[in-house]
Amino acid sequence: MSTPDLPTRGPARPGPYIISGILLAIAIVVPLFVPAYSIDKPRLAGMPFFYWYQMLWVPVTAVMIGIAYRLVSKEDRRRRDEVKGARTPEEES
Amino acid sequence: MSALTVPLATIPERPVNGVALTVVIVLFVLVAVLGFFAARWRAGKETGLHSLDEWGLGGRGFGTWVTWFLLGGDLYTAYTFVAVPAAMWATGAVSGFFAVPYTIVLYPIVFLLMSRLWSVSHRHGFVTPADFVGGRYGSRPLTIAVAVTGIVATMPYIALQLVGIKAVLTVLGLGSAQNALLTDLPLIIAFVVLAAYTYTSGLRAPALIAVVKDLLIYLAVIVAIIYLPIKFGGWDNIFGAAQTKLDAVNPATGKAAGVFIPGAASYSAYWTLAIGSALALFMYPHSVTGVLATKSRNTIRKNAAVLPLYSLMLGFLALLGYAAIYAGTKPIDLNGAVNPQLVVPQLFLDHFPAWFAGIALAAIAIGALVPAAIMSIAAANLFTRNIYRDLIRPDADPKQEAKVSKIASLVVKFGALIFVIAMDQSAAINMQLLGGIWILQTFPSIVAGLYTRWFHRWALFVGWAVGIIYGTVAAYNVVNPVTKANFGGSIAAIPGTNVQVYIAVAAFALNLIVAVVLSLVFRAMKLPDGKDITRESDYGADENDPKVAELEREYPFTGTGGANL
Repeated sequence: MSTPDLPTRGPARPGPYIISGILLAIAIVVPLFVPAYSIDKPRLAGMPFFYWYQMLWVPVTAVMIGIAYRLVSKEDRRRRDEVKGARTPEEES
Repeated sequence: MSALTVPLATIPERPVNGVALTVVIVLFVLVAVLGFFAARWRAGKETGLHSLDEWGLGGRGFGTWVTWFLLGGDLYTAYTFVAVPAAMWATGAVSGFFAVPYTIVLYPIVFLLMSRLWSVSHRHGFVTPADFVGGRYGSRPLTIAVAVTGIVATMPYIALQLVGIKAVLTVLGLGSAQNALLTDLPLIIAFVVLAAYTYTSGLRAPALIAVVKDLLIYLAVIVAIIYLPIKFGGWDNIFGAAQTKLDAVNPATGKAAGVFIPGAASYSAYWTLAIGSALALFMYPHSVTGVLATKSRNTIRKNAAVLPLYSLMLGFLALLGYAAIYAGTKPIDLNGAVNPQLVVPQLFLDHFPAWFAGIALAAIAIGALVPAAIMSIAAANLFTRNIYRDLIRPDADPKQEAKVSKIASLVVKFGALIFVIAMDQSAAINMQLLGGIWILQTFPSIVAGLYTRWFHRWALFVGWAVGIIYGTVAAYNVVNPVTKANFGGSIAAIPGTNVQVYIAVAAFALNLIVAVVLSLVFRAMKLPDGKDITRESDYGADENDPKVAELEREYPFTGTGGANL
């Protein structure tokens, strides 16, 4: 509390966070919506829909999280650079 | 090698499989050497392993690849590999396949929460989740509640890893129903070796071993998932056999033996099991240890995108439970009773050449050593930081902390060993079930604190207590329809309704409601709020940002009592 609160990042642009938030929300809600997939047919290579559909969502959500990672880490870097650029001259004084 | 003398005492039905046993022993020795070698791997030059950051968090420098193996080995434990297909084999989708949606929704949650926890912990040098709660709320009782819950929930989890090793040893033909000591001897040897290299190498040992273990397990599962359906004439046959078994009506209860595809009545059980387990997993100290050992803020986020590969593997492994139904695998334990947990080891032994079965069984056994090591380190760190340092020796220096933690890790492991040897296996399983319910009750204290200081520390404490009490009572009241034993499962109706849900989720909802209501009440009463040593900027800090200790050197305190960080 006695040290000044130097910001580690500049202000956020909402865009990347909103898109990532939507992607992550889909990745949480859709796999949990059981009525959509608790059926037997259509089967895939003999596997009931219930089983292959859920397995399919594993790579799908992985891709969604990958996109969210790209968006958020890029924005993170931008916010960090912003603060660094602003802080360096002050630190010399 | 004394393990080789044990077979003399076995019942003839379960002969020792010499080839498979040799493969398992060779791989085990290899892994043990690796474990001791790990002490030198990327070790800090000046300090050695004489601090918790070095011993307990592997130097806080694991990058994407090491973290992927470490967390994969940490979260997907041997018990998971044994228990999930066992549940599929015995009762089908609701108690087994929920592991797939569970490990799907896990990663968006990790993505959202864990980089903030990483940042604030990096900035302040927090080693455990309870460290963070202490720093955020300045409340001793709340810190200790979180620490004790973590330790108590982790202990049976370690014990269950031993159950995983035991399943492998039983199938290999080691052990006898007559001589309990001989049965447990290989287990004891394995654990003593594990304890020794964890003691010397800390978190680096499981990190290095996890690489070997994960490669072996991927190999075993990929081969099995391609070979077995071909051998059994396709997935059609496998699912057909599973459906016949699970839909058959059990004359004793008048209900179906299991669930092939959940009906409307089990929807709520299925999805609450998935979300409740997902929310709980990263509250476990061993998961947090894995996160805090990473190098930078976004390492864990990147891993959230690549760790799902393990979930896919777990899904296929679960289906091997159905393959075992078709194959007619007979998981008979030493005492002659059916033990579903032997299903997957037995399946490998029945249908593969002995040397390959040996690789698969070794993968499961080594898969038990990795999480057992990380869990014991995590529990030891909790004890050291939040009980020893906070309550007994506030002035402990990093070297003393590392020393205490090393010894505590030994105590924790031998506690788990005694647990498994002396008590009934079902005691460990019941405790693990309760542990999952309990650990979720620390979620509001840890996670809400990452975003807001709105909750009052005493409201969180009371909410935690209410959640624990409700969850324990509700779990006790679940009676197994066949054996009439308490703690018969983790699903119960929400009181006053017929909606079946995972008990942990109901307890969590109650916990949250209590915490919200009491926060409003306590704020209105102006109850003292506790000191928060974190600042907004801490939650976005990255590896190159100065730590709090450095900031304070740069901007010295103007007050007098500055050294209490």
